[in-house]
Amino acid sequence: MHDEARTAGTRALRLGVAGPVGTGKSSVIATLCRHLRGEFAIGVITNDIYTDEDARFLKSEGVLPEERIRAVETGSCPHTAIRDDVTMNLMAVEDMERDFAPLDIVLVESGGDNLTATFSPALVDAQLFVLDVAGGGDVARKGGPGISGADLLVINKIDLGEHVDVDVDRMVADARKARKGGAILPLSRKRPDTMKELCDWVRALHGSYITGGHTPVDPGPMAPHHHAHDDGHEHGHVHGRGHSHD
Amino acid sequence: MRDRGTGGQAALLLLADGRLPAGGYAHSGGLEAAVAAGRVTDIAGLQDFLIGRAETSGLIAAAFAAAACSRARRGELSDMAELETELDARIPSLELRRVSRNLGRQLRRAMDSIHPHPHFAALGTAPHQPLVMGVAAAALGLGPRDAALAILHENNSGAAAAAAKLMRVDPFHVHAILARMAARLDRLADMASAAPDGPSADLAAPGSPLADIAAEHHGGADVRLFAS
Repeated sequence: MHDEARTAGTRALRLGVAGPVGTGKSSVIATLCRHLRGEFAIGVITNDIYTDEDARFLKSEGVLPEERIRAVETGSCPHTAIRDDVTMNLMAVEDMERDFAPLDIVLVESGGDNLTATFSPALVDAQLFVLDVAGGGDVARKGGPGISGADLLVINKIDLGEHVDVDVDRMVADARKARKGGAILPLSRKRPDTMKELCDWVRALHGSYITGGHTPVDPGPMAPHHHAHDDGHEHGHVHGRGHSHD
Repeated sequence: MRDRGTGGQAALLLLADGRLPAGGYAHSGGLEAAVAAGRVTDIAGLQDFLIGRAETSGLIAAAFAAAACSRARRGELSDMAELETELDARIPSLELRRVSRNLGRQLRRAMDSIHPHPHFAALGTAPHQPLVMGVAAAALGLGPRDAALAILHENNSGAAAAAAKLMRVDPFHVHAILARMAARLDRLADMASAAPDGPSADLAAPGSPLADIAAEHHGGADVRLFAS
């Protein structure tokens, strides 16, 4: 039988890229492929809501040999495919790893979805969550498991801030508050230094993964949020991680 | 008397549940193609479509699931290759054969993690979904009729669920169709499992050629919600 599971550390690092529609997930993947393909053997799995648009984009960009970019169709349930029922994606990743062994990194691009969609730890070892400035300056403040718990939060298209009346520094500060120290990367394709930072983050993650130093974390199902009580006292906390309240 | 083996109804519910994480939600069972072509336009048409599908490709899938289950219960996995060939012969569309094998691989990948059994490994690289369903049913202690009913229900409810995304229909009305079809699925499961140990060439072989042609067109469509 060919469909067997391999344990973490003996197979490719599986890195998920999630986030709402249009924030630049495909562009982030294209950037990573362009800059890292000389150092790492990479494969890409894309998920689309309709057909295989994202896979076609990446193929047309020529960032990898076409056969290393494969699309999974998710039946208009992109969130299910990365969280509740990962079988299709898991098999696509395993097939890719087997067909092009040995691969160093498999990137899995989620179909664009809402702020609650995060990857299951059964599918990926780590995940990026991609927001963009043009999607609204208040999105980082709204929070959600991807924003608060992903291994890296990318705030993309920072060069557009002035054109859409978004205070990028404020958005990054909101994200910092939501993430409680988790890594944040303001990104722009017009700022090569930010793209290098992104690539360095993935390099460090891969290094940590192959030496067994990386511990997968689950962003979890619920967002941290605040309650304003009648007495004016506020507290912030995370639900769903062994902490509950009335 | 139904052959329920050592398992029971709870195991059957687990196997037939649409929430079983085996990727079935990405498929419409040909409904998207039928809607796109204007052949199914309302709730009455949906019912006709689902009945037609259950009585043709549904019955075939059920018969092969029952046969695979019976063979797995006896430990006769060497017959599986012949079942594969016979089932191939009953699915004219290359696209639908591919879908059936993809769904089979996915079901095996899921069930071999959920309830491991050495028979899963004996199924070859890309087994058809009904054969995996039969082997999975046997692994859960279920019998041929259970395997037949599980795949009839899974295939029918999956296509029905897609209707809510593809058509302007009331989901209650869609499930009302499923309720009306319950006795039919029971009858089809009886037929499909009447002679599970017989020669595989004698298994049911009804056809619906337009569904196969539509599946070929759908496979080449640029924009679609469902993989099939």
